[in-house]
Amino acid sequence: QGKFTLLRDTRTDGSFLVHHFLSFYLRAGCKVCFVALLQSFSHYNIVAQKLGISLTAAKERGQLVFLEGLKSCLDLLFGEEEEQSGHPSPLQFISESTSNLKALFDFVRTSLTPADSDSWKGPVLLVDDLSVLLSLGAAPVAVLDFIHYCRVVVCSQLKGNIVVLVHSNEDSEDEENELVVNSLCHHSDLILWVEGLATGFCKDVHGQIKIIRRVSLELTAEQDLVQIYQYKIQDKNVTFFARGLSAAVL
Amino acid sequence: MAAAPAAGGVARGRGVTSFQRKAAAGSRLAAVAGTRPSVRHGQLLLSSGLPSLDCVLGGGVAVGTLLLIEEDKYGLYSNLLYKYFLAEGVVCGHDLFVASAKEHPDNILKELPAPLLDDTHRNELGEEATAVKSEDFQDSMKIAWRYQNLPKMEASPTTSTKFGHYYDVSKTMSPELFQSIKCHSFYLPEELSLQAKMKTCNMNSAYTRLLESIHRIIYQEGFDGSDPQKKQKNILRIGIQSLGSMLWGDDICSSDTPEDVHSLTKFLYVLRGLLRKSLSACIITVPAHLIQNKAIMERVTNLSDTVVGLESFIGSERETNPLYKDYHGLVHVHQIPRLNSLICDVSDTKDLAFRLKRKLFTIEVFLMRRRHVTYAKKVRSLQQLIRAAISTILRHPSVRKPHLEIQRLRDVSDLTRTRGVGPPPPNSRPC
Repeated sequence: QGKFTLLRDTRTDGSFLVHHFLSFYLRAGCKVCFVALLQSFSHYNIVAQKLGISLTAAKERGQLVFLEGLKSCLDLLFGEEEEQSGHPSPLQFISESTSNLKALFDFVRTSLTPADSDSWKGPVLLVDDLSVLLSLGAAPVAVLDFIHYCRVVVCSQLKGNIVVLVHSNEDSEDEENELVVNSLCHHSDLILWVEGLATGFCKDVHGQIKIIRRVSLELTAEQDLVQIYQYKIQDKNVTFFARGLSAAVL
Repeated sequence: MAAAPAAGGVARGRGVTSFQRKAAAGSRLAAVAGTRPSVRHGQLLLSSGLPSLDCVLGGGVAVGTLLLIEEDKYGLYSNLLYKYFLAEGVVCGHDLFVASAKEHPDNILKELPAPLLDDTHRNELGEEATAVKSEDFQDSMKIAWRYQNLPKMEASPTTSTKFGHYYDVSKTMSPELFQSIKCHSFYLPEELSLQAKMKTCNMNSAYTRLLESIHRIIYQEGFDGSDPQKKQKNILRIGIQSLGSMLWGDDICSSDTPEDVHSLTKFLYVLRGLLRKSLSACIITVPAHLIQNKAIMERVTNLSDTVVGLESFIGSERETNPLYKDYHGLVHVHQIPRLNSLICDVSDTKDLAFRLKRKLFTIEVFLMRRRHVTYAKKVRSLQQLIRAAISTILRHPSVRKPHLEIQRLRDVSDLTRTRGVGPPPPNSRPC
C-alpha cells in the first residue's frame, strides 16, 4: 500500500510490464486510473483479453478510468468548442504556452477519489509512459511536480499505488529525460528495470529485468536488494529464469 | 487464441478504428483491397511496396501505423522507398495523400516506378534474378558456408501475389493506372498562403497546416468510419517527404540549439492519434543524419511505430571496399511495433543491406563474400589432384563400382571447396 513503482526500460520495450500490472490490479479489485498516452484503447483491451481481463467491462463497472491520450489530444486540437464545456481537457498543456500539468493532475485526482458508492480496494494510478509528456512540451520540472502531487494524493492520502513507465537509454543525449528518470529512481520504492541484452538480439532471451527493492529508503541502514532475471515474452505470458538458464540452453 | 469479439474501442459509436480484429469468422469485413490480416494478431497489414522490406517488418506495415525512414546521406534511396510505398497504393487502388515541401506532389506522382504486372516482365525479371544467382553460385561460400542456406530475404519474383508487387525503377508508371485513384496533395509553398484554421499549439505553422489537411481528408473521405453509408472501405496512404528539414520551417536540422524542440514530436503525436483512429498508414522520411540534437531523434523513434534507417555507401570508404561491393548500403531496423500483442514478429537476421540492381531494389541479408583468386587457383589444382587420384584408383582391378566412387569423390571435392580444409594426401582412400 502506498507504494511507488517505477518501470524503466533501456534498449527494449517494457510495455509488457504495464499490461501485467493493469490486469493484476484489475483482478485484485482495485480502482485503476490508467493514463495511456502512447497507444489506443483497443490495443490494451486486446492484450488484456489474452491475459484474462476485459477492459470494456471494467470501464462499465466503473473500476477502470481510462484516459486515451491520443484521442484526448485530437479532441483538444480538432474538437469544437461545445464539446469541451464543463471539463477542461487533461492534456491542456499541449495547446497552452505554460507547461503546467495541473489539468492532468486534476483528472487523476477526481477519478481516484472514492465516491460513496465505490467498494473497490485501494486506488492505483498507472501511467504509460511518462517520457511522452516531455516530447509534448512539458518541462521536466513540471513532470516531476505532477508525479509529486500524484504521490501525495494517491500514495499518502488514499493509500494507493502508482506505477509509472519511463524510457531511458545509456548514452542518451536526452538530458531532460535522464533528469526525470534519475529523480524518479531516487523516489521509488520498487524499480523494475528492463534491459535488452548487452550482447544484442537473441531469439530465446528477450532481455533481462533488474528488480531493485529500495530498502534503503526505510532508513534502516540496509542496502537496496537487487535481483536480476532474464525473461522471454510469449503470446500470453512471460517466463522468467535465472541468468544463463533459459530453456533453449538447458 | 480465444475468438474474442472485436474490441474496437468504439463505445462512443464513432465507427471502425483500424485496430478492430479482422480475424473473426471471415464474413465480418469484406477484405479491403491490398491488405491481408497478420497471422499473429489479426491486424490488417499493407505492403510497403518492397516485398523484401515486408519480410523484414514481419509481413508488412500495419494499418494505423507510421513507418519512419531515416534518410541516407543524399536521400536517394529513402526517396525510392517513399515512391515504392505510394506506387503500391496506386496498384492496390488505395487513396493517396502526398505531402512535400520541396517537390510538387504532381511531379512526385509522375515519377513513381512502373509495376511489373505482366508475365513477360516477370520472366525478364526472373532471368535477371537467376543470372545474378548463378554468378553468385560459382563463387559460393568458401569460408562462411553456413550462411549459404539462409534465405536471401527476397520473395521469388515469379510467384504472383496480390500482396506486394515488384516495380521497375527504370520506367515510370503510366498515367492510366492513376485514373481511378484519388490523390490528395499538400505542397507547402502553396498552402502557406492559406489561413490556418486549427488551434495552434505552439507548433510550427507548416506542421499545423499539414495536420489540418490530413485531418480534413480523413474526416471528409470517411476513413475514420464516420460515414456509415460507405460500404467499400479503402485505405489512405499518406506520404510525407523530408519532414523536419529546413524546407518545413523547422531548424532542428540546421542548428544545435533549435528554437522549438517540440514541434516535430508534437506533430508525430497528433499524427499518431489520427492514424490510429482511421484506416490509413503513413510513410515519413526524416533527414536524421542532419539533426544535430540526438535527443530529438530518440523521441521521434519512441513516437513512431516502425523505424528503418538507411545508410548508403556513397562517398564513404565502403564504396570501394571489396567486402561491400555487392551492395549499395545497409539497412538498420531500429524499431518494430508490438501491436495488440505482447510480442512482435521480428526477423532473426539483423544484418541487412540493400542494393539497387538495374531494375530492382532489394533488401537482403548482408553476407560478406571473400573472393580470393589465389585460393580459387589452389582449389582448382586440388581438384586436378583428386581427379588424378580417381583415375589411378579406378585402374585398380579390385574396384567394383566405378560410378559410385566418382560420385563420392565429387562430394569430397565439394566438401574441401566449401569448408576450406587442407587438401587430403594424394594416397588417401575416398570415404
